[in-house]
Amino acid sequence: MHLWKLLPLVALTAAACATTPGSMEVPEAAAASSEPVKPLASRVAYSKDPYPSTYKPLPAEDVFIRNATVFDGLGGMIERGAVLIQGGKISAIGSEAAMTMPAGIKTIDAAGKWVTPGIVDIHSHLGAYPSPGIEAHQDGNEASGPVTAEVWVEHSIWPHDPGFTRAMAGGVTAMQILPGSANLFGGRGVIIKNVPGRTAQDMKFPGAPYTLKMACGENPKRVYGYGSGRFPGGAPFTRMGNVAGYRDAWQKATEYKRKWDKYDADFDAWEKKAKSPAPADGEKKEDLKDPPNAPDRNLELDTLMGVLDGEILVQQHCYRADEMAQIIDLSKEFGYKISAFHHGVEAYKIADMLGANGICGALWADWWGFKAEAYDGIRENIPLVHKAQNGCAIVHSDDAYGIQRLNQEAAKALADGNKAGLNISKAEAWTWLSRNPAKALGILDKTGTLEPGKNADVVIWSGDPFSSYTRADLVFVDGAVTWDRANVDSQPVVDFELGQPGEGDVK
Amino acid sequence: MIRKLLLAATLLASAPSALAQQVAITGGRVVTNTTQGVIENGTVVINNGRIVSVGTAAAPSGATVIDAKGKWVTPGLFAAFSRVGLAEIPSEDPANDISAGNSKFQASLHAADSFNPDDTAIDVNRIEGFTRAAIVGSPGEGLFGGYAAIVDFTGSFTSIDTREAFMLAELGEGGASAAGGSRAAAWHWLLTAIDDAKAYPRGFEDDGEGDLLIRKEAMALKPVVEGRVPLMVEVHRAADILQLLTLRQREPRIKLIILGATEGWRVAGQIASANVPVIVNPLANLPDRFEMLAATLENAGRLSAAGVTVAVADPGQASHNTRLIQQLAGNAVANGMPWEAAFKAITSVPATLYGRADLGVLRTGATADVVIWDGDPLELMSSPDAVYIDGVATPMESRQTKLRDRYMKLDEDKPQAYERQ
Repeated sequence: MHLWKLLPLVALTAAACATTPGSMEVPEAAAASSEPVKPLASRVAYSKDPYPSTYKPLPAEDVFIRNATVFDGLGGMIERGAVLIQGGKISAIGSEAAMTMPAGIKTIDAAGKWVTPGIVDIHSHLGAYPSPGIEAHQDGNEASGPVTAEVWVEHSIWPHDPGFTRAMAGGVTAMQILPGSANLFGGRGVIIKNVPGRTAQDMKFPGAPYTLKMACGENPKRVYGYGSGRFPGGAPFTRMGNVAGYRDAWQKATEYKRKWDKYDADFDAWEKKAKSPAPADGEKKEDLKDPPNAPDRNLELDTLMGVLDGEILVQQHCYRADEMAQIIDLSKEFGYKISAFHHGVEAYKIADMLGANGICGALWADWWGFKAEAYDGIRENIPLVHKAQNGCAIVHSDDAYGIQRLNQEAAKALADGNKAGLNISKAEAWTWLSRNPAKALGILDKTGTLEPGKNADVVIWSGDPFSSYTRADLVFVDGAVTWDRANVDSQPVVDFELGQPGEGDVK
Repeated sequence: MIRKLLLAATLLASAPSALAQQVAITGGRVVTNTTQGVIENGTVVINNGRIVSVGTAAAPSGATVIDAKGKWVTPGLFAAFSRVGLAEIPSEDPANDISAGNSKFQASLHAADSFNPDDTAIDVNRIEGFTRAAIVGSPGEGLFGGYAAIVDFTGSFTSIDTREAFMLAELGEGGASAAGGSRAAAWHWLLTAIDDAKAYPRGFEDDGEGDLLIRKEAMALKPVVEGRVPLMVEVHRAADILQLLTLRQREPRIKLIILGATEGWRVAGQIASANVPVIVNPLANLPDRFEMLAATLENAGRLSAAGVTVAVADPGQASHNTRLIQQLAGNAVANGMPWEAAFKAITSVPATLYGRADLGVLRTGATADVVIWDGDPLELMSSPDAVYIDGVATPMESRQTKLRDRYMKLDEDKPQAYERQ
């Protein structure tokens, strides 16, 4: 067996290259022949995970949460429900009467309380635009050019952003950190677990895919064409310039991918020949040529190729309905999928189109009007996107304050939707907070609902989470308590706040 | 359709004097904000723009009866700090009148002169229960943001109630930057401006200028230094608050209001002793700036418990989402502020701060700004069923509800542009 077969499949699909530092050597065994062993040239694959997660779950014990009102995250509600957490996973959920409590297990009586999946915020800039918002902390927009798919926001994340702990108190167990929206291609996003860490790697969600931030509309053209009094600042100046910028980059990525696909195919053929058995007596063996040369690596196009290969999920900032429709066509022109439109203040105008194309709308409950492309915001945006056929609505924050109360944002949207006659239950609305964002981030197999086998990312709320007066009492990530409102020992304080006025206060 | 619009326009144009018909709102849970407290199954009678009675008596004969059984009946919400009507689209300069960085006048500017009653944000916020707001610009150059106005949310051409509700100024990081780079410069600026205003007009007879202010600016600050109009100062750091409070000794006539007070809880006793009211954002719990390190969700509750008069608002969400003040108050309750104090913080407290004791309360003789809610007005899922301003029911629609209705159904034969609501 060749060693390369032991590598995970994802590593193999990586574009390979010969000698670049940082690449991963994949030695080949010699061809199986009777001839003297002669080392073959090695195929070199780049690691797709050069900054791997070092996340370790906090110490956890098994727990049986009983006597609660439970939202299962799939749209169902269980009165007098129970959730069993074992080994950091959800092991059972249902009506308490129908469940068996393991002997000797720790129990939590959640009478009068609600239990839900942990909230997943699909749009955050925590750590990249941390508090305090001083100049030294502006690490979210690599505004050196409109196409910076080569930057990775995880390289900006400051794990000591106090915002992480505030979000924890709001029941957020996972989030996507994105670069800002100054650029057409802002760079790679990263999905993290909301746990304290010494490094960004300590927070990275194991096994989560990478994402790519793209942005439509006013921001790129304002930052570049009309940027900071540097007019003319260079393309894009216009929305048509934006689209030309995307197309130009996707065309380059297409050609780049073609080169790598060809290289891989050529190398396969060469390898096959090299390993072919010795010819029978009397036959002449073909001369083995040198192995094919790998294309030069391009970090920017690596990310875009990851999208074309279906490994990196596109998260597109886009406000206006007409622009979202253009972007959908763009994705078809170059053969990739859009995971979610973010902000989508006008998503309700094309809710049918989003559903038909399997694209989620990651939206605010009520932000509107602060700029022209946000002018047509309405409070029923989220419920209308939800109600469309195959609709996938997500409540997102984009804000260090909003992320602390995403349940409240959902409540406002739900109330307005129902007042307009849309008839959505609270349990259904919870899909906006955990299942749908987990789906759009490619982590639904791990979190987002309380289905058995999933990570025990769970919140116990002091009451109905759609009330102004409710707070998260207990927050679990992988079955471990990361936040306990009743116990200061389970309320992390980031380094920045140590020794400062208000350290460890109610935040 | 057009008829409906005309009707609405008539309603608006005729407020507050016309439609002198008596209205009795019966059966609701009435929050009075007076010593009457909360009245279950109460009756509120309105006539000619005023509250006629509040109690448990039956509706007077001849009155139009509005059944509010199962509903809450409250005074209209009063935004203590807003910029509604000052910027249709804040990011577009021509559509934004919030500040005037290139003007040599600052303190002498009046938000009322920028106010646009047709601003779409007015309807949007009114249908969420807001009937009045104090609106103010922001400092464009120097410390002063000019005079705030009180406006109603009718959207009529007569919606400006008061042209000089308070004068806005900023200290702390913002003030330091505006005054040349340091807090010392900002403080000296403020005191010098006060001295110039006090010296007006005598000190301006020679060359028309004070130590800092030109004549018009000093003239504008005269009512402030004489205590006829409150001075609202934005400040956050505990030490900055204490310094501001020293102004109470130096200038006892000046009526101070503190805006922000993010670290106010640390000096709550001093603020209470100085008898200075505050306007806080109860959700400010992040160290956004170094002057906010001690931010806590319990700030509003702790200040209130210490006896400080607390109003609730968020200057950061002041133009289009003034309506979020309701959510702020609900969260203040969740973090220790009594419900009654939190509700007053968005109704009667702001009214009183700006000398309008006729607003924010349901009592005989008060101005009839009344809201009927489908539930607890501090709950996220509650919303108004009716909003009365000056005793007149206002339309429960906005540009947003029209957009919503237009796009409720997407599979229409003709483009949505042919649809009118």
